Amino acid sequence: MIITNQIVEKHGLKHEEFEKIKKLLKRDPNLLELGIFSAMWNEHCSYKSSRIHLKKLPTKGKQVIQGPGENAGVIDIGDDDAIVFKIESHNHPSYIEPYQGAATGVGGILRDVFTMGARPIALLNSIHFGSPDHYKTKSLLNGVVSGIGGYGNCIGIPTVGGETKFNETYNENILVNAMAVGHAKKNKIFYSKAKGINKSVVYVGSKTGRDGIHGASMASAEFDENSEDKKPTVQVGDPFTEKLLMEACLELMKDNSIISIQDMGAAGLTSSSVEMASKGGLGIELELDKVPCREENMTPYEMMLSESQERMLIILEDGKENAAKKIFDKWDLDFVVIGKTTNTNNLTLKFNNKIEGEIPIEALASKAPMYDRKWIRKKPQKNNLDIKDLKKIKIEDALIKILSSPNHSNKNWVTNQYDQSVMCDTIQKSGSDSAIIRIHNKDKAIAVSVDSSANYCKSHPLTGGKQIVCENWRNLITVGAKPLAITNCLNFGNPENQEIMGEFAECLEGIREACEFLKYPVVSGNVSFYNGTNKKNIHPTPVIGGVGLIKRFTKPLSHNFKRDNSKILVIGKTFGHLEQSCFLKENYSILDGMPPEINLLNEKNNGECLLKLIDKNLVLSSHDISNGGLITALSEMSLNSNYGAKIYKPKKLTNLFKYFFGEDQARYIVEIENNNLNVAEKILKDNNIYYEIIGFTQKEYFELEGELKLPIKSYLK
Amino acid sequence: MKSSVIVFPGSNCDRDIGVALEKMQFKNQMVWHKEAKLPKSDLIVIPGGFSYGDYLRSGAIAGKSLIIDEVIKAANSGCLILGICNGFQILTETGLLKGTLLRNKNLKFVNKDIYIKIMNNNTKFTHKYKNDQILKINIAHNEGNFFTDQKHLEELKKENLIAFKYCDEKGVFNEDSNPNGSLDNIAGIFNTNKNILGMMPHPERMVDEIISNRDGTNLFTSLLN
Repeated sequence: MIITNQIVEKHGLKHEEFEKIKKLLKRDPNLLELGIFSAMWNEHCSYKSSRIHLKKLPTKGKQVIQGPGENAGVIDIGDDDAIVFKIESHNHPSYIEPYQGAATGVGGILRDVFTMGARPIALLNSIHFGSPDHYKTKSLLNGVVSGIGGYGNCIGIPTVGGETKFNETYNENILVNAMAVGHAKKNKIFYSKAKGINKSVVYVGSKTGRDGIHGASMASAEFDENSEDKKPTVQVGDPFTEKLLMEACLELMKDNSIISIQDMGAAGLTSSSVEMASKGGLGIELELDKVPCREENMTPYEMMLSESQERMLIILEDGKENAAKKIFDKWDLDFVVIGKTTNTNNLTLKFNNKIEGEIPIEALASKAPMYDRKWIRKKPQKNNLDIKDLKKIKIEDALIKILSSPNHSNKNWVTNQYDQSVMCDTIQKSGSDSAIIRIHNKDKAIAVSVDSSANYCKSHPLTGGKQIVCENWRNLITVGAKPLAITNCLNFGNPENQEIMGEFAECLEGIREACEFLKYPVVSGNVSFYNGTNKKNIHPTPVIGGVGLIKRFTKPLSHNFKRDNSKILVIGKTFGHLEQSCFLKENYSILDGMPPEINLLNEKNNGECLLKLIDKNLVLSSHDISNGGLITALSEMSLNSNYGAKIYKPKKLTNLFKYFFGEDQARYIVEIENNNLNVAEKILKDNNIYYEIIGFTQKEYFELEGELKLPIKSYLK
Repeated sequence: MKSSVIVFPGSNCDRDIGVALEKMQFKNQMVWHKEAKLPKSDLIVIPGGFSYGDYLRSGAIAGKSLIIDEVIKAANSGCLILGICNGFQILTETGLLKGTLLRNKNLKFVNKDIYIKIMNNNTKFTHKYKNDQILKINIAHNEGNFFTDQKHLEELKKENLIAFKYCDEKGVFNEDSNPNGSLDNIAGIFNTNKNILGMMPHPERMVDEIISNRDGTNLFTSLLN
């Protein structure tokens, strides 16, 4: 078969990329080889536009066992315990086929975690839909939520948190990011790096079908009006098989049979075999006629590019095949030796004893294209809002408008469809600042939160990038956890557009700066470009998933007010920054201006000091102040509590809207018992922390002195 | 007291019930479904989860598995059997309990804490509870909508075979306090001999104050004494 320009184009490869392939091979590729290049060189697998920027992120720290580059990141949480976690996008498939797209997103991220030897203990997600009024939103939301639930519930991993957001920027391109967190023993982490020659390469799990062929290439292009035709490229999930695969792998991992293990995710058999070989500096030879197939007459091309789910590739120590096969037989899963490691440094593909393709591994991995794409910096917008020019509204009405907006309203409709309690270690579920998961059989726990701020990132990507890291860090602090590390899912538009590439570069700069300052390294992540349809790109939406440690767990620290007549403090300074606020967006549809400034020094000091107060048991409840400002945070603290609050008139900032709705950063609300107030104030003063006592808790009413008094039962619920 | 938890491929609350049983001082064993012999047990638990992926119909395939013959034998000789969630579905598939569990009325999976009322405390499963006692307990299912024929319903009522009914915080039975559309708000039932209990809520999730409450403990202490 002659490879025409048309065929090259269909494989999503640029002309110059094809020329590079020919140069690397020193000949023309055949169709199988071209398919393999296209799978490995697409944006999704090669990170060709992002690598140059990702390199700048801080990835080290004494808590880091494994940073980016493996199936998932690994951090040390003391004793023998390690936490393995990663977030990944499944945006394109979920838009085309919401149920399966979301379900396989969950399945894929779970495999990344248990491949490393960890038992998954929690799932989270960040899902973004278009405007609630858009005709597609309802069915997409329904499908995605059922898909996430369908997979997680069946496999029996609790879905403990996340965010469900709406913004018209996602009308034609929704975001579905799934995060999995697992627990492993520190000395039992499994990696994908192959070692040794002539070792058995074993295929385990589901059979290979024709589903998902070129899925990764689909995720590396924009949508157009024919996107619906791409349905066959979406994989189909089978959580039941994944449960068996997980149990079988974890059982096999108990001894020392495995040299390396890699799940078949995007670009299936191709990327898994290439990754193992390339990390090990080896070659790999596969006999494709041995691959278990679900459909008849599958060609090597189809086998290598299928993205059928629930499959793994394992390289075994000599002589361990029989014992390993027994375990997979027990779980009714396929187990076939399909090849071996070699010293040729080539990917060699045989079919019926004939070599069908042979490619140097480095051509697929380290020699894959890397682009330093042109980008432009975003000009800061001017803040020329004068609050006096706005139409007068009542504080009460403005608050209700925010609380009842789609992004703030109660999401029980969503979270009740997820099993949040299975595994019996969920201490705090979604709806809090962070979910809290106990380490099984121990008295320590981890806190996990997933956050994004697309509007801030759109208006000023550098500030936005910093802000999400800080917000995520705050969300862990408020439940008493020491933030340890993050994973990020970088959802952006078309990187070939200089403005979009600029959004990416600047958001990453912001993330880098904040992570470096807070000593909050990035240990894993994923980039999703080409989120857009017909040249309309989504807002830049980096999503941060953070993990923190609660060393000795006593009782959960939630944000509900706990007692009558305790003092309410605000840690951090209130300036009254209204641009980019929910207040302006929901009440006046004003979307311009800069996001609030980030002061990393204040973030660090305020957060660390609050942790001290929590560690000394001085805090009854705490909540970070984010979207919607002080008043929204206060009402959230009253929402599921028996107690409301009485808030004094502000002493300094006289404009009540700025005071109550401003979204200044580095702020927390803290409830402290009167008896503990002196001790707490001393600690705050000793650490030079700015704070104000803004009121006290009270029964039944949510009250702003001289402004409003509302019964919490009737109005907030 | 010796207990056995049957593990099917796809069971996922097996560890949870195992932990709860051990915490409550049972001598527990996990029994893989392919085993033809059951260890001697005073209590057999069929745990929650998605046995065989709930393919075909929830509980249908597990209901025909090898070990089930042993469970039926044990049940007929008076051994105590507890089926929770998917375990309840499996028990109805084997015929050990009558009735069936349909898809939830709103067609959505539901996970939340709800309230149930103890309807009969004169059984080996419930005697440590008071009659009409209200428990706050977790449910997590897609097919929990109990349904049966009129004759069986009459029998359940007449013979006092309804174990729990969904209610609200104050104990009121109505549509709002029925999370899945179950007939007569039924959350759990006994067989005629009252040695088999099938229930949709998860008592094993309610034995630890740190994660929830201890409303499920008396089910286990009842069984112990």
